[in-house]
Amino acid sequence: MMIKATINKIEVEVEEGTTILEAARIVGFKIPTLCYNPDLKPEGSCGICVVEVEGAPAMKRACMTRLERGWKVHTNTAKVRKARKEIVELILSNHEMDCLVCVKNQSCELQHVASLVGINTLTYPRIEKKWAVDTTSPSIIRDQNKCILCGRCIQICSNIQTVNALTLDQRGFNTQISDAFNEGMGNSVCVNCGQCTVYCPVGALYEKSHTDKVWEALNDPDKHVVVQEAPAVRAMLGEEFGMETGTLVSGKMHAALRRMKFDAVFDTNFTADLTILEEGTEVVGRIKANKNIPLITSCSPGWVKFLETFYPHLIHLASTAKSPQAMFGTLSKTYYAELKGIPPEKIVSVSIMPCTAKKFEAERPELRSSGYQDVDYVLTTREIARMMKEAGIDLREMPDEPADDPLGEYTGAATIFGATGGVMEAALRSAYFLITGRELENIDILAVRGMTGIKEMEINIDGLALKVAVAHGLGNARILLDKVSAQLANEGKSEYHIIEVMACPGGCVGGGGQPWGSDMARRARRNETLFAEDRSLPLRRSHQNPSITAIYEKFLGHPNSEKSHHLLHTHYFKRSPVDGKVVSE
Amino acid sequence: MNMVRNHVLISIDANTIIAGARAVEDALIKEIARQGLSQEIVVLETGSVGIEDQGVVLVVYPEGIYYTNITPAEVPELVEEHLLKGRVVHRLMLKETPKRFVITKEKTGLMKEQPRIVLKNCGFINPESIDEAIAADGYQAAAKALSSMKPDEIIAEVKHAGLTGRGGAAFPTGLKWEFASKVDNPVKYIVCNADEGEPGTFKDRLILEGDPHKLIESMIIGGYATGATKGFVYIRGEYELSIERLEKAIADARSYGLLGTNIFDSGFDFDITVMKGAGAYVCGEETALIESIEGKRGHPRNKPPYPITAGLWGKPTIVNNVETLSNIPEIILKGAENFKKYGTEKCSGTKVYTILGHVATPGLIETEMGTTLRDIIFEYGGGIKDGKRFKCALVGGAAGAFLGPDMLDVKMDFVNLREYAAALGSGAILVMDEDTDIVDMLKSVLHFFKHESCGHCVPCRLGTARLVELIDRIAASKGTSKDVEGLTRISETMKDTSFCPLGQSLILPVSSSLKYFKDEILARVQ
Amino acid sequence: MYKETILKKFEPRLDNILYILHELQDNNEQHYVSKEDLKLCADYLSVPYSFVHGVATFYTMFSLTPRGRNIIRLCDSPPCHLMGSGSLLDYLKNKLKIDVGETTKDGVFTLELTSCLGVCGVAPALMMNNATIGKLTPEKVDAILEERRKSL
Repeated sequence: MMIKATINKIEVEVEEGTTILEAARIVGFKIPTLCYNPDLKPEGSCGICVVEVEGAPAMKRACMTRLERGWKVHTNTAKVRKARKEIVELILSNHEMDCLVCVKNQSCELQHVASLVGINTLTYPRIEKKWAVDTTSPSIIRDQNKCILCGRCIQICSNIQTVNALTLDQRGFNTQISDAFNEGMGNSVCVNCGQCTVYCPVGALYEKSHTDKVWEALNDPDKHVVVQEAPAVRAMLGEEFGMETGTLVSGKMHAALRRMKFDAVFDTNFTADLTILEEGTEVVGRIKANKNIPLITSCSPGWVKFLETFYPHLIHLASTAKSPQAMFGTLSKTYYAELKGIPPEKIVSVSIMPCTAKKFEAERPELRSSGYQDVDYVLTTREIARMMKEAGIDLREMPDEPADDPLGEYTGAATIFGATGGVMEAALRSAYFLITGRELENIDILAVRGMTGIKEMEINIDGLALKVAVAHGLGNARILLDKVSAQLANEGKSEYHIIEVMACPGGCVGGGGQPWGSDMARRARRNETLFAEDRSLPLRRSHQNPSITAIYEKFLGHPNSEKSHHLLHTHYFKRSPVDGKVVSE
Repeated sequence: MNMVRNHVLISIDANTIIAGARAVEDALIKEIARQGLSQEIVVLETGSVGIEDQGVVLVVYPEGIYYTNITPAEVPELVEEHLLKGRVVHRLMLKETPKRFVITKEKTGLMKEQPRIVLKNCGFINPESIDEAIAADGYQAAAKALSSMKPDEIIAEVKHAGLTGRGGAAFPTGLKWEFASKVDNPVKYIVCNADEGEPGTFKDRLILEGDPHKLIESMIIGGYATGATKGFVYIRGEYELSIERLEKAIADARSYGLLGTNIFDSGFDFDITVMKGAGAYVCGEETALIESIEGKRGHPRNKPPYPITAGLWGKPTIVNNVETLSNIPEIILKGAENFKKYGTEKCSGTKVYTILGHVATPGLIETEMGTTLRDIIFEYGGGIKDGKRFKCALVGGAAGAFLGPDMLDVKMDFVNLREYAAALGSGAILVMDEDTDIVDMLKSVLHFFKHESCGHCVPCRLGTARLVELIDRIAASKGTSKDVEGLTRISETMKDTSFCPLGQSLILPVSSSLKYFKDEILARVQ
Repeated sequence: MYKETILKKFEPRLDNILYILHELQDNNEQHYVSKEDLKLCADYLSVPYSFVHGVATFYTMFSLTPRGRNIIRLCDSPPCHLMGSGSLLDYLKNKLKIDVGETTKDGVFTLELTSCLGVCGVAPALMMNNATIGKLTPEKVDAILEERRKSL
């Protein structure tokens, strides 16, 4: 039903249930907000969006108040402006304002709101710093001194990701964000997905930075620094340089990294293709043996920890193939080291990831097949953008350059790893070939693409009805896994053969290491970018990648060979649902 | 029973237990037995008789003599003299007996005495005996309502009576019930808010301790009228005796068939669960209370939707205060017209006050709506302690306003006080004499709010913290006049933008203290 | 084990959480909700640990740190404040040589503040464990402390 009301004396007609905030936008008024985020349930904690409604005793929060028939709303009265200013001043009085050295400088939503409401003086003295910064996590730093308690991190962690690592601790002025038992995020069930860092409006949650270490390595003449970039990074690094959301920057990224003096600029896409060969062969083997089905993908380290923590009874279903990052790390210190005759201890393997959990993955003690930590440092998209800027590089000005051989060549199947459903699509393209020896003709598998939380499809491969499912976002993964778990318990088998799970909503393009303000709408557009690159590439099936053929011929033998198993496969652990620590293998 | 000469009522409530009422009771029973009077003298426990600072209190009927500050040492003398020989022990007797009626000064200056409504049985019956409650008209209103009235007739009666919420918001109870009854949902709840946390307020506790059956009866009627079949009473975790007594009363009511299925053969099913809080003032706010019952942190919810449409577990939920509900049986039994004989045109009925601070006789009273502050302090409270002069009273709890001498003769009810930027609130009247340091009191109020803010919204979480900083500086004589201005500015912002009434109501104590005592406050700053 | 018995008293529904936490704390020798208690409660109710932590820390009657054998909770709400609870607080702090929220070295007393106890008629008041004591004076406080020490 449509209702009529006025906003600043302008008549507006909207569907019943529309909030004042939405209605005001329709008639051209952008009410400032701070705690509000379009992807989350409005909590109304900050109060910046207050408006006056004639006849109402107190102001209303535009973000969560539905416009009612006949209301006369005023969004810009002297009283409203004064109230907003007061609120921002109150927040600033409790906020550590080291803005110029803050990781969020110029991307901070509080900074933005302060300028929007016209803060030009600080009325209240700043409070003394009183919280210790939580550095216990390998991936995420939590700085309560900057927190404005908007609650977004808890919502994303509890409601959308269902990890429930975060909660409110204490109450009133003593309220803080904490993990269960307040022992630090590194000692909690946090899976390091980093969605909290993406949604944090201020600099209270951010990645544990490896930039200093990488600079140090780059400046060390004794070190040979190699770099890999994840598929999803090329779909949004441009955003950090003012380019349109969804601009593809693969070539510019390679060029920029080369100018930063990385000794070799490779590409994670190469090992993404390799992953498909290993994982594809693994799934074909499992189906033939009718064992450990469904196979569940294991490229997403947030997801892997989630599985180990909350579904320890299902870890045998996870593909043993390492993630593309981890495979690259191993190969950079074995295959590449041998090829170039560089001692592996001199190689520093750096990865650029859309992900905070990759930092955790890199530190997993079992990922040392090369004899060294396979991946030394992990930089998020945000970190590499900062480093490029520091190096005086404007990505927009870069030429397009390819990645280096032999770990740089890739197919379209690899690049779509960054989008939800992409790993599944790539796997199906090659699995069809591995099973039948023929190429799948229509390789655009639309049923597994898109932002629907759980996607399913059945594909007929020479009489084998292969049923697959794709989940992105851990809340969706939980729904799917509960179903699988129940099927296995009740019927002894699941209806699915392959399941792809990505920890972050939207897949890696929505990763926890992506540019600030990465909302769901933007994630959908970035996905399209990756599919566009896929279409533009001459080769779109992983098994057709000549460099992949070469590495098997020269080094690994064949997929799932003994050497592959030694170098490119891993194993998983049962973890405690209390603190996320390893309980047993 | 005809043999019984005297009933001795011993007040067993949180206050008298502190003073050793249990020991006195034991001594009394032993002494009566020792003197061979067990057949003639009955000792009965009752709730608070409304005397709050006079130690253990006994009332001997039929004479109606009050003895106060009784210890086991006095018991033998009391039994021997009064109960055996019939001689009143003047030394222990309370000279000015508390007023057991609703007393109002008429325009002519004459005093009018009317029966009590809410506190009718408090201090008379043994709250742990359902038989005594029934003997004192308990459950008669419920019987009448369930067997001879339709739900809409009950609602019409309550509406006509003009009963409004006594927790502070003063929303018309009948209207609330009517809204609830019209919501189409097979599951509805009625919740009694007994999370009495407003400092200085303990009326609900004394009602719960003194007459728990009245509350049960009221909830049965409310449930029947609105279609709710399940009731919850949310009681502060600190109120152990209230919880104990209510739980016993509920169990007794169940065993008498007054709760459960097919009550009074009406086909109506109803039961009540007691929920225990754990220390959070904000849970007195109805939506925070609902969150707390559900087992969550007590953060208020955004309204709308109101609990009436989506409350407990998303179901329509009626939330009423203890005192509000306790008016219902009288309205049903004696009719709305009788109820309207009490009070003012806009606010009918009575109000229960707790009167404390610098008064001669602090305690619990029930007066007609519209009774002036002067009458409450001087007629009921015995005037200012030690003959000092009245400075002000904090009316309505911490979220209330300081009222100065000019307000002494204003008729106090929910509507009228609002016009003076004050609030009747919970009915706590904290009286302060001329020597009171107002800055210190305001400091106490602001610290209270900082401690009790839930922390959900910025204006309240940080506003209370900044207010505390300002008042601490002012109190330490280190503040400036800017700090005094800051008090007003912040509390105004909180009034306009706080998420719930907790933050919104802080303006009352701040602005009222500045209204009366700006000079005193400014004298403390540089 | 007594904790199992406590849990069994309540249906595993979230609305029983405050009751369960109360009982676990009341029966804990150190008068607090331990990490183990939080875990038990969360597992029993099938809710995340973080959730139970959030609830337990919201309500002031629960302590997540061990407390002394006797818990003194002095009311500091305006009515008690008016009747002198402020100076009593100073007296208690001096006498026990601890601040609010702390426990004496011998573990006998923990000092806390509480909001209004609803016994304002006998202000100032405090709760010693489960007993409420009103009309406090320094002498009365001395006597109460002495009595508790003797009962050890």
